[in-house]
Order: sequence, then structure tokens, then C-alpha cells
Amino acid sequence: MEDSVNPATASTKAERYIKRDNVACIIGEISSASGLAIAQVVERNNKLFFNTGCNSDALRGSDCSRFMYHVEASNSQYVKGVGSAFLRDGLIDGKKIYFLTADYAYGQDLSRVGKKYVEAHGGEVAWEDLVPTDSTDFSAYILKIRQARPDLIISNLAGNQITNFVKQYTEYGLDFPYGGFGFDTAVAWGAGKGNFGGEWPVAWHHNLPAEGAKAFVAAFTKKYGKPPENQAWGDYTATKLVAEAMTATNSTDSEALIGYFDDEPKLDILKGRQGYFRKRDHQLIQEMYTMTAKPLDQLEDEWDLMLLGDAVPGEGEDLESIAPTEEENACTFSAA
Amino acid sequence: MPLELVFITEQVVNGLFVGVNYLLIALGLSLIFSLGGIVNLAHGGFYAIGAYLVVLLFDWVGYPAFAAAPLLVAVIGVVVERLFLRPFYKADPALSLLLTFGLAMVIEQALRMIFGATPRPFSIPEALRGQILIGDFIYSRYRFAILVVATLAVAGLWLLLQRTPFGRIVRAGIQAPDMVGALGISLKPYLTMVAAIGLGLAGLAGTMMAPITGVHPAMGAEILIPAFVVVVIGGLGSFWGVIFAALLVGVVRGLTVYFYPPAAEASMYLLMLLVLIFRPRGLFGERIARFE
Repeated sequence: MEDSVNPATASTKAERYIKRDNVACIIGEISSASGLAIAQVVERNNKLFFNTGCNSDALRGSDCSRFMYHVEASNSQYVKGVGSAFLRDGLIDGKKIYFLTADYAYGQDLSRVGKKYVEAHGGEVAWEDLVPTDSTDFSAYILKIRQARPDLIISNLAGNQITNFVKQYTEYGLDFPYGGFGFDTAVAWGAGKGNFGGEWPVAWHHNLPAEGAKAFVAAFTKKYGKPPENQAWGDYTATKLVAEAMTATNSTDSEALIGYFDDEPKLDILKGRQGYFRKRDHQLIQEMYTMTAKPLDQLEDEWDLMLLGDAVPGEGEDLESIAPTEEENACTFSAA
Repeated sequence: MPLELVFITEQVVNGLFVGVNYLLIALGLSLIFSLGGIVNLAHGGFYAIGAYLVVLLFDWVGYPAFAAAPLLVAVIGVVVERLFLRPFYKADPALSLLLTFGLAMVIEQALRMIFGATPRPFSIPEALRGQILIGDFIYSRYRFAILVVATLAVAGLWLLLQRTPFGRIVRAGIQAPDMVGALGISLKPYLTMVAAIGLGLAGLAGTMMAPITGVHPAMGAEILIPAFVVVVIGGLGSFWGVIFAALLVGVVRGLTVYFYPPAAEASMYLLMLLVLIFRPRGLFGERIARFE
């Protein structure tokens, strides 16, 4: 299992795992650039990579690989997941929207997918500020937003920058609706109660009522003293699925495992509905959730900040409806 | 006033508030370098420790945590100075760079091991929440409080350095340590005190920033480089230079966010480049004979 600071380190580590430790597959990663580097290494060596934290659509499209599977949801799934909540609240059609976008690959990919979604539903991205990745103070951006008076503010930021933005947005007490196209549970935990607000997408949350989720949360909390966040779910689920595939095929051979997943078996992924890896781009097709801040008087502990919305797509709808379509994000696997 | 000008003025004033964030860290950095000749790469680590301490202590003791956290960082500073910095005052500067670089990594990893990699939640205390509206301008009440505390800290430090026997010896020690020694005064206790004050100021900055920024292990690394840029622009050893540079960097950054946000963080490096071309010693840099 690996996580790396940059693509060069990622590919060195991947080479080492394969050459020295002779692993059958690699699970992990958070940055799309590093994910791509790992995909290239596994492809050369005929091994598998299960991505649990890289979101960019490009990794499932132009940069896709037959040897790479995506447990982490793609930017499209995040955007369409939370987008449905914005649409429901009438915040997109005919509205002017302010984008705050992290100025690197992930943020720009998310902004591209998000802009397409907004425009397809009658909205306009009237302002967009590219935020350098080392920015920690958002007061100047918040003043600009106040001057612009948008109908909705969308964060295409990542990690600690979301925490900082949310804390400082609350500090300035502005009342424009806001939210984001990308999110992690830990970000809300880091903001703390009273600071967290807005509408956000999430791939998994520890309050989900699914049986598998409950058992995982109980075991994780017992061991680490706090509930798992969505990245922990990704790593656990990937490991579980790989173990199941190896047991079912009685093999660690990459081709055998690809063959197993390419039949699109239904998989228990600790959510309400089962998921499956889509054959054409190896994306885990799964339900997503939206969440908002829980009213302060209902909070049970410091981890209980979020009110989980209904699953997206709704009951009875096709899970693929939020995944990138072939036209949006074509993937061609190089020949085996 | 045309609307555009109102917005720009608002950004300039907000930039001054942002500059205050860099100020206290940069002052401590400058002070420790001036007297001890040590470029403290671990300075950001003490900023992070200040933030974590206030998060821990606030639940326990409430508002006094905001005073207790920086004082505790100063105490930790005394220990660090005695154990680690002291042997390096007269050594090759490369050695103290390596030492403090290592120390920065140790602090960051220690915070990660103790508190985990996810940010710690912390909010602005109830009494300081809210905004102040002045005409068309909006300001955060909490940032006004930061401004007041920082101004008091800077004024206190200035009085300490300019108006007390302690300050006279420190200033003499910066310019002519051998002469101070010849007069029979040992600089050792002064070096300890200066390290405690400098690191305590970094702790104070971390304490005050904790409610409005993410409290996570790498937060020290985030703030260290801007603080260095401020010291370089202001000029090493110059008290007012550091203050002027911190505010200038804040304003330039605010205006860049207004006109061209992608360059917001790069603007300070461009400013540093320009200053170094025209004034290699920094805007108000003093000539310190032993560093020439």
C-alpha cells in the first residue's frame, strides 16, 4: 500500500514493491499525478494498481490503463453527485456561480468537469479564481466574493485548503450559499463544529446504515479510537475486493484478476447498493452521497458534524447515470 | 469614490491584517539570527506547537490558553536552546542549518505521531466571533483582536530592546559580541532569553492563527518560507524593516489576489527579487560587521 509526495517518488516506490518485494498489486495513492506514474510502472510489469484516492477524470479517460482500477470515485461522480443537490435547491439554473479552483491538475480537472455540468444545466460560471496551492489565507478571496455577490460559491479546492476556506468563510459571516465539487470527511473534522457548512459530495461516510459499513466502523473505532474517514474506506474496500478476487480465482495473476473483475461481478462495498468495476474504464460504479452541516444541538461527538443526504443516484435509478459517459471521457486500453 | 477604488482600498487594508500574520514569526526569526547567527529552519515548528497547545489547553482552561500556549512554547524554547542551539553559535552556519532542518522534520513528525495527520478542529472563541462593518468594508472581529495583540507584542519587544539594560546588552551583542565579552558580560543567558522570546513569538502567532487556519502537522512548513521572505525584504537585523516588509508583503499579496489570483503567492518572491536587485541588504538592512 502506498502514498507518495510526488510522481517521481511514487514510481520509485512502485518499482521497488514490484522488483524487490514481488507484490501482485499496489493499493493506495492520493494524487492523480502520482497515480499516473504508478499506473505506468504496473503496466510495464504486468501487475495491478488499485487507486483509492486520485479523482481526476483523465486517469479514467485519456490516461486510463487496463492494469489500473479506481475504487475512488471520479471527479464526474463527485460533480454529478453533489450537483443534483444544487439543482434541487435551484442554485444552478439561470444562476451566476463563483469558482475557487486549486491551481494544479486535480483542481483544473474538477473545474473543467464542473463547468461543463453547470453550463449543461443552465448556469453560468461568472467568476473563477485560481488559487495557488500554498495559499493558506482566503480573506482576500472572500472580500472579492462579497463584492461579486454570486448566487453560489463552488470550491474546487483540496485538502487543508478546504478546511481553511470553510473556517474563514464562516469567520466573515457571508450568507451566499456555498459548497464544493470535491471533499473529504477529514476536512469537515478539521474545520470543527460551528465552522463547517455548505453542501458537499462524499463517496462514503461512517454514519451509513449499511451492515458492512457498521462492522467496519466498529472495528476501526475500536482499534484507532476514532471513526474511519472516506480515504480509510477506500483503502479497506480495495484490499477487501482484491482479497475476494484472489480467493475466487485462487490466483494472484494479473490476467486472472482482470478476467474476474471484467465479468462485472456485484461487489459489497460497504454501501447501501452493491457496486462493480465498469469493464470499459475500470471505474468502480457506485452510489455517492451529499452532506451538509448537522445542526449544532444534534452533534454527538467531534466526528459527528455532517448530515448525510440521500444516496445519489436515487433509489431505482441507474448507478451509471453519475459516472462519466463514453463521450465525456473515452478510455482506450492498450492491447494486452 | 468609484467602486473599483473602494474594492482596492478594502484589499489594501485587509492586506495589512494578513501581513500581521507573518510579522511575529519573522521578528523572532530575525532576532535569533541577529544575535546567535543561527538561521532557524525549525521556527515554523514552534508556530505549529503553539497552535496545537492552544487547541489542547482551550478545552481545559478556556481563554487563558491563549496566554499559556505561547508561554509554554517559550519554555520549550529555553530547553531547545540549551540542548541544541548553544553548541552551534560559533560553528559553521551550514551545521546549524542542518540541525534546525532536522529539528523541523522531527517536530512535524512528532506532531503527526501524537495527534495524527488529520487537522485538529478549533474555532474562534465565542466572544471574538462576528464582523465589524465600517462603511462598505467588512472586517472580522477576531482579526482585529489579532492586530491588537500583535501590536502590543511588537511594542513590548521594542521597549524591551530599546529601553532596558537587557535590550542594550542584546543590541551590543548583535554588533560587537567580543566587546561585550571583554566588558565581562557573558552573552549566554541573553542568547537563551532571545531564543525563548523569538520562539515564544512564533508560538504566539500559531496560537492566534489556530482558530482561522487548519491545525495540522505541516502548518509550520507552510508559514516558514513567507516569514523568511519577509526577513530578507525587510533586511536582517532591522526591527522596523521586518515590520514594514510584513505589511508590504500582505498588501502586495492582497492586490495580486484582486488583479491576478494565480500569482498571489508568487508575488512576494517577485517583490523579494526586486528588493535584492536594488538593495541586496534588504530595505532597512543594517550592516552587521561579523556577518560581512
